[in-house]
Amino acid sequence: MNRRALVSLLILGVALLLLPLFANSYLLSVATLILFFAFAGQAWNVMMGFCGQLSLGHSLYVGVGAYVAAGLFVHLGIGPWAGVWLAVALCVALGCTIGFLAFRFGISGVYFALLTIAFAEFTRIGFDHLQWTGGPGGLFLKVAQRDTIDIANFRGPPAMYYYAILALAAGALALCSWLLKSRAGFYWQAIRENEEAAQALGINTFRWKMLAVAISSAMTAVAGVFYAFYYNNLFPEQIFHISRSIEIILGPIIGGVGTLFGPILGAVVLTVLADGITELLAAVGVEVPGIKQVFYGIVLLMVIMFLPNGIWPTLARKLGLVHAEGGK
Amino acid sequence: MTWDLVANVLIAGLLTGMVYGLMALGLSVIFGVVRVVNFAHGEMMTIAMYAAVILFVGFRLDPFLAVLPVAAAFFVFGYWLQKGLINPFITRPEHSQFMLLVAVAIIMVNVLLMVFGPDARNLQVDYQLESFEIGRLLVDKARVYAAGVALLTAGALFGFFRFTLTGKAIRACADNHLGALVVGLNVKHLYALTFGIGSACVAVAGCMMVLLVDVTPNLGPAYTLLAFITVIVGGMGSMPGAIVGGILIGMSEALAGLLISPSAKSMFSFGLLILVLLLRPQGLLGKKP
Amino acid sequence: MSALLEVRNLSKAFRGLKAVNNVSFEVPAKGIVALIGPNGAGKTTCFNLIAGEFAADTGEVRLGGTLLSGMRSDQACKAGIGRTYQVVKPFPEMTVEENVVVGALNRAPTVAAARCAANEVLKLVHLDKKAHIRAAHLTLPERKRLEVARALATQPRILLLDEVMAGLRPTEVDEIVAVFRTVNQETGLAILFVEHVMRAVMALAQEVVVLHHGEMIARGAPDAVVRDPKVIESYLGAEAVDG
Repeated sequence: MNRRALVSLLILGVALLLLPLFANSYLLSVATLILFFAFAGQAWNVMMGFCGQLSLGHSLYVGVGAYVAAGLFVHLGIGPWAGVWLAVALCVALGCTIGFLAFRFGISGVYFALLTIAFAEFTRIGFDHLQWTGGPGGLFLKVAQRDTIDIANFRGPPAMYYYAILALAAGALALCSWLLKSRAGFYWQAIRENEEAAQALGINTFRWKMLAVAISSAMTAVAGVFYAFYYNNLFPEQIFHISRSIEIILGPIIGGVGTLFGPILGAVVLTVLADGITELLAAVGVEVPGIKQVFYGIVLLMVIMFLPNGIWPTLARKLGLVHAEGGK
Repeated sequence: MTWDLVANVLIAGLLTGMVYGLMALGLSVIFGVVRVVNFAHGEMMTIAMYAAVILFVGFRLDPFLAVLPVAAAFFVFGYWLQKGLINPFITRPEHSQFMLLVAVAIIMVNVLLMVFGPDARNLQVDYQLESFEIGRLLVDKARVYAAGVALLTAGALFGFFRFTLTGKAIRACADNHLGALVVGLNVKHLYALTFGIGSACVAVAGCMMVLLVDVTPNLGPAYTLLAFITVIVGGMGSMPGAIVGGILIGMSEALAGLLISPSAKSMFSFGLLILVLLLRPQGLLGKKP
Repeated sequence: MSALLEVRNLSKAFRGLKAVNNVSFEVPAKGIVALIGPNGAGKTTCFNLIAGEFAADTGEVRLGGTLLSGMRSDQACKAGIGRTYQVVKPFPEMTVEENVVVGALNRAPTVAAARCAANEVLKLVHLDKKAHIRAAHLTLPERKRLEVARALATQPRILLLDEVMAGLRPTEVDEIVAVFRTVNQETGLAILFVEHVMRAVMALAQEVVVLHHGEMIARGAPDAVVRDPKVIESYLGAEAVDG
């Protein structure tokens, strides 16, 4: 990263901090959504982008994280600041179980991806039958009062949620940037590029892959807790569904897998695209269910076909934010 | 619960499983040769089901006859999908291929939604409610016929790959991509042919499935997952494995529906998948890599 | 000289085919030993057994007295084995420097220290000018040198080189032979190498071990081995001795 990039980042940061002062509630909700996907995408990117382990079941961690925190809050009155720890612990345990089984039994690539889907689906059906969380009927939090801020229970106006997810997304960016420059970052990339060679250079690949899974699932669990308290309602059918996993990973893939800013850029592009299409269709007066998603799919197809490495690497070079060689 | 009931349910599961097997066979053939996982497989299945419904409602064409035009159309569609869209992605990383086919799947589901709306459709043939009586067993006629067509199609496919020159060439491609190029096989064409054949399998399976269940646009992802599970349980790249996997999944679903609740049936399949992945990752009939 | 690497009665069969059959040899401390033989003689299998890529059926490998048998490749590396692959395995999307940093982190306490060490090694193999290029853009000879650099950066006690000179021009061979000789003399690093390029074998090796069909058929000083009738018959042919 060069000076130009640093200055741009600084300006962006200030703009994001001041956003609630100018934005109406619609814009604020869009920005919150973008930051949510940027955060969750960053979490997925740790596992796939850095370490090369393709997970298609990250909805598992969003769902379990959300349900644990929400369940504790609804049934036992335990606020999210305590609940998040249990959510994280449980998701890390789940992630490590999947990782342990897969890595020990030599399951990789497509098979690993399918194993992650299988666990997410398994859990979805499990929650459909779990009465403590309301089963398929869903689990509901009391909607927050818009004018009072209750930090302890994480209830308040939209701007509070905005700042919370902004802090999370920024924290994730800082964490990932640090990780990438640390020993873990080097080891993960080596494993991603060639696992056999990495191991011959003294890397205990099993242990470092497990670390990537643990960090990724922990971050995604936090995203799940945020989801629960922001949206106030949880249904297994929605939160564990494979389309939720796909939503999470679209951002990093569109933005650029393995890059730091890819997940953020991808989240912006996808959210703006989805909302833009909705607005456009509403303006034209077309109301056919599904037409929005068709457009969405077509644009997605175009991006994947013509920008195989994602938008960020190309954009960053065009804007002069990275040096031409070694440009990552 | 009586043994009669269990036997009836198991036989129904076995027959449905054969249709699952044919669907999975399409996926297995495509993966075995082209090395691309078709994440839009279930969506294609759904399209075939709608095609059968339209042909029945519009032209009174029985699904067992509709199989022919639908399969032919799917073959052409699959051929061009591979040649036009997927071929450039063969050398790209897995996640890139995955996203491509997810995009295709999203478009397919939602076009169906736009055209047909969210409500379930079905068709009623005359023999829908008839059944064979064998001793104390009652077996639906439609289910028996559907399973028969599935087996016949699978058998034809085995024959094609074993005895025809084109089939052998495709197998050569699957065994050794570089070698196939070296001896002058048109790999691009053979890949497209394979994708077409896989699609035709799905088409046949879809026409049969519509006799057994109602169809809605959002069935796609569930069928995609079902096909994956079947193929992995049976063994990726093993053609008999796909059928065996399908039968196993069909029977376990039926049993789960009977013993626990119908909504838990896919939990059984996923449990089976997890077990197979851990204990025998290459699948029941798969060869060790 | 005491033996640094001891290979005792090593055997490995693949589906009944004996790839390595009861092979024993040593590499002395600071020694350079060449492993030669026709294709399929079991040289690379020998390497893989020593480096922990897969487990031997029988026999054992010791490094400085420590038993290596049963170790995974990362443990073998920690114990002091540094290896290259016959078919190079670079990390293509990482820069040349980053590739070597990964190796250097084996012993270096911090990334900064590893970066320093990596740059030293890159100078040694004449890749320092390419440090910030992605490994995907290197030529094949450069990739082979990158493999060597990565293995050297792990600070091994013995370096296992698998045909790093194949495909190089004679001047390039001399250049890289000089590098190995320097490293060997300055740091006392022992080297075991598989090589078909006899020019390099004759220039570098103090001792030569000849494998054929998985068995050791000769062992000794380079000059003596190339005149051994068994070796000439099975592998070298008459003209190779003259060349």
